[in-house]
Amino acid sequence: MKNTINSFWSNKARRTSFVTYAVVILAFIAVQVFDSMGMLSYAMRGQLIPICVYIVLAISLNLVVGISGELSLGHAGFMGVGAFVGAVASTALQSVIPDTSLRLVVAMVVGGIMAGIMGVVIGIPVLRLRGDYLAIVTLAFGEIIRNIANNLYVGKDEAGLHFALLNEDGLKMSETGKLIMAGPRGTVSVSAISTFMAGFVLIMITLFVVLNLVNSKEGRAIKAIRDNRIAAESVGINVMSFKLKAFVVSAVLAGAAGALYGLSMSNVSSVKFSFNTSIDILVFVVLGGMGNILGSVIAATVLTLLPELMRPLADYRMIMYAIVLIVVMLCTWSPKIKGFIQVVTDGVKGWFKKLFRGLFVKKEVGTNG
Amino acid sequence: MAVLQYLINGLSIGSIYAIIALGYTMVYGIAKMLNFAHGDVIMVGAYISYCVMIYLKMPPVAAILAAIVVCTVLGVLIEALAYRPLRGTSSLAVLITAIGVSYFLQNAAQLIWGVAQKTYSSVVAMESIHLFDGKLLITGEVIVTIITSAVVMVCLTLFTSKTRMGKAMRAVSEDRDAAQLMGINVNRTIAVTFAIGSALAAIAGVLLCSASPALKPTTGSMPGIRAFTAAVFGGIGSIPGAMLGGILLGVIEELCKGLISTQFSDAIVFGVLIVVLLVKPTGLMGKQVQEKV
Amino acid sequence: MAEYSKKMVKVPTYSYLREQDADKLPVLDVRNLGIDFGGLTAVDSFNMTIGPTEISGLIGPNGAGKTTIFNLLTSVYQPTRGSILLGGIDTKGMSTHKVTRMGIARTFQNIRLFTDMTAKDNVKVGMHKDIKCSFISSLLRLPAYYKSEKAADKKAMELLEFMGLGDVADMKAGSLPYGVQRRLEIARALATNPSVLLLDEPAAGMNPSETAELTEQIRRIRDTFQIAIILIEHDMNLVMNVCEGIVVVNYGRIIAKGTPEQIKDDPAVIEAYLGKKEDA
Repeated sequence: MKNTINSFWSNKARRTSFVTYAVVILAFIAVQVFDSMGMLSYAMRGQLIPICVYIVLAISLNLVVGISGELSLGHAGFMGVGAFVGAVASTALQSVIPDTSLRLVVAMVVGGIMAGIMGVVIGIPVLRLRGDYLAIVTLAFGEIIRNIANNLYVGKDEAGLHFALLNEDGLKMSETGKLIMAGPRGTVSVSAISTFMAGFVLIMITLFVVLNLVNSKEGRAIKAIRDNRIAAESVGINVMSFKLKAFVVSAVLAGAAGALYGLSMSNVSSVKFSFNTSIDILVFVVLGGMGNILGSVIAATVLTLLPELMRPLADYRMIMYAIVLIVVMLCTWSPKIKGFIQVVTDGVKGWFKKLFRGLFVKKEVGTNG
Repeated sequence: MAVLQYLINGLSIGSIYAIIALGYTMVYGIAKMLNFAHGDVIMVGAYISYCVMIYLKMPPVAAILAAIVVCTVLGVLIEALAYRPLRGTSSLAVLITAIGVSYFLQNAAQLIWGVAQKTYSSVVAMESIHLFDGKLLITGEVIVTIITSAVVMVCLTLFTSKTRMGKAMRAVSEDRDAAQLMGINVNRTIAVTFAIGSALAAIAGVLLCSASPALKPTTGSMPGIRAFTAAVFGGIGSIPGAMLGGILLGVIEELCKGLISTQFSDAIVFGVLIVVLLVKPTGLMGKQVQEKV
Repeated sequence: MAEYSKKMVKVPTYSYLREQDADKLPVLDVRNLGIDFGGLTAVDSFNMTIGPTEISGLIGPNGAGKTTIFNLLTSVYQPTRGSILLGGIDTKGMSTHKVTRMGIARTFQNIRLFTDMTAKDNVKVGMHKDIKCSFISSLLRLPAYYKSEKAADKKAMELLEFMGLGDVADMKAGSLPYGVQRRLEIARALATNPSVLLLDEPAAGMNPSETAELTEQIRRIRDTFQIAIILIEHDMNLVMNVCEGIVVVNYGRIIAKGTPEQIKDDPAVIEAYLGKKEDA
């Protein structure tokens, strides 16, 4: 028994995965307990689903930016595709699938698949580019998706779904028709069926997919491409195909998260899926650590809650957020500041050690004797 | 005639993009970083000139000078405090810090000047010109913008090709380590680059708000992204590329708005960018760097 | 109109195979290969025939085009002229990863390891095409995944131990000393199960005892895996010791070909390395 535990624990990848799952599950249980005890404020409860959404977005973007090493600035675009497709699918299926949780699952699957298709369409041309050029093209695609969604009108009547660009009149719906998407206003009167439970399950699925992918031969190939593209080619790895795999898996997960988001409120406008949101997700990934999945989970949670927690600061909270962001980046990356922190912590540690030695030295002698 | 009108308007907005794009491209070429806060420096420049004109009741020239001075100092400060400590580390870390600086500037502006939109009064006191029986309208702002940009571009080209500092900048952008070994002060060169880029941003801010007078804390971000796109479009790191990219982007945007669709102008502009990059992966005038195996 | 005639002429395309490969087909047959970079001819009229178990050297002064030839063989560059037959198949237009899958593997002059991964994982990346496990089974962790990973682990360890790297298997590749990194690169190349192994300056930066060890290892690789090896090297001791045939290039062209003994005394080679002797 002890041996199996040891061999399980000695594999670093397995250990990291285990800890990641454990942290997420424990956090979920903790939230449920606090909630049942009525310890969560209304504002806090409102943040639960967005936190799940951002965690999934951060993990999926980490797959592209951290694991695959491609800077993508258009992740919110995939989220938007998922959100709008999910909202339309859910509304369209309202009578077919009356059960809300099943409908939510279907909407997330459809949203994920559509985002995945967009991932293929965008990925094939984009992934041929390198570095900052790739970044700007993903940004451009994200903005194009948002721009189109901003002018898209979707409605539903007995005859089925109607689509139109630019204005509502183009829908040609019957009198009883119901508007689902109204251009710049985004989705309208969508029934909010997302649940925190669904968010938790989606996080678990995301972790399962991403962690298993990373610790497989595909994951090794993707990391190899990131470390040295030319060497990866020279050992027979098809660079394009693996970059695309990572990109599409990431898009599917972002789409599912988008659907969860789109169905968590009755109205979402396309402004939500702009460049700024892509950047926010990127901040989660970088602060959590490139390629560090648990880091993404924690960073997404903390940074989503941070503005909420800083509410007492009122007008100053966003500027504080900016300052925290800059200071954290400087402290974690600047060689000089890192060196300084190292010296200080070493000093403190040494002091503590001395203190402890003073306290425990007798006891140690005792056990030895 | 309408097409000519769009062309002229496009040239005008394109010139502004070009000035902003120069800031992006110079900083990228020399410090190898995407300075996402650059767009917000434009906004600061616009606010400063607004305050000098409205609150201090000074003439536009003083306002422009004040904006240039404040932005230059701001740019150098940002570089020294936020970017220099991270030099040589991951470019992504610098990018995120730049985003932090961008948030900071926007929110600081919001605290100082409030969320409410201010109406900028144009610094140009020139009558519009009507040509062809009024079918073609050229505003004073358009003329001033185009002339200013032309002057800026000529000065910048002369600066980088003729002066010692300009040559040092080119050397640092080519190979930082070699430049350092040749006795070039890299830190100073990068600081000067930020100073020039930010001064250009101030000018761009004044021109931008003179042309479209809505001033709010987020005024800089969209033109910032557009100009960044323009810089990449022209080949990031290349000064003539940024000029060309900016002007082309402006012209394409205005033509789209006029001839195809206002609502889809964003999608079309970005679509053109994507097509160009797919055909020419390093932008219009970017250098093709062959990776040595 | 071309004129047809029955007369035979000697053409320089076919060279000889080593004795041990006499009854076999050449594994690599390079004919009249050439590449231009923007009007500048980097390699021209390059011919080379390698038997399946031959160790061959490619030498020449700096900038002679040796690495360019390796880049052509591995399809990093596409040739302007000529053809490369790998096991009888023309590799024209193929991508690098395809050529590798057909049995050519290489190391790099400036080491290119996956620095953030362990030595073992580096080798396992090399084994990529031979790990039989579908995307779905690794995603769902089906038994096939565990089976294939276990087999891969075993083979990777065997290869590492073969190259004398058993004790650094779990260390990050980037943290290993220079000479060890070079050997790890060879292990990774071998993991692709090649029929031709290209070594680009394998002894660069090694001390004499490391080089001596490497000489033995190169022979052992050939004997164990029964593959052909071509190496670019400046250490003449190593080349003369281990190579059965040598090709000397200068300015992108072959200036001499033969056994180590023949090459040693070839005036063209001496001239290329030492410059033309001035008549007194």
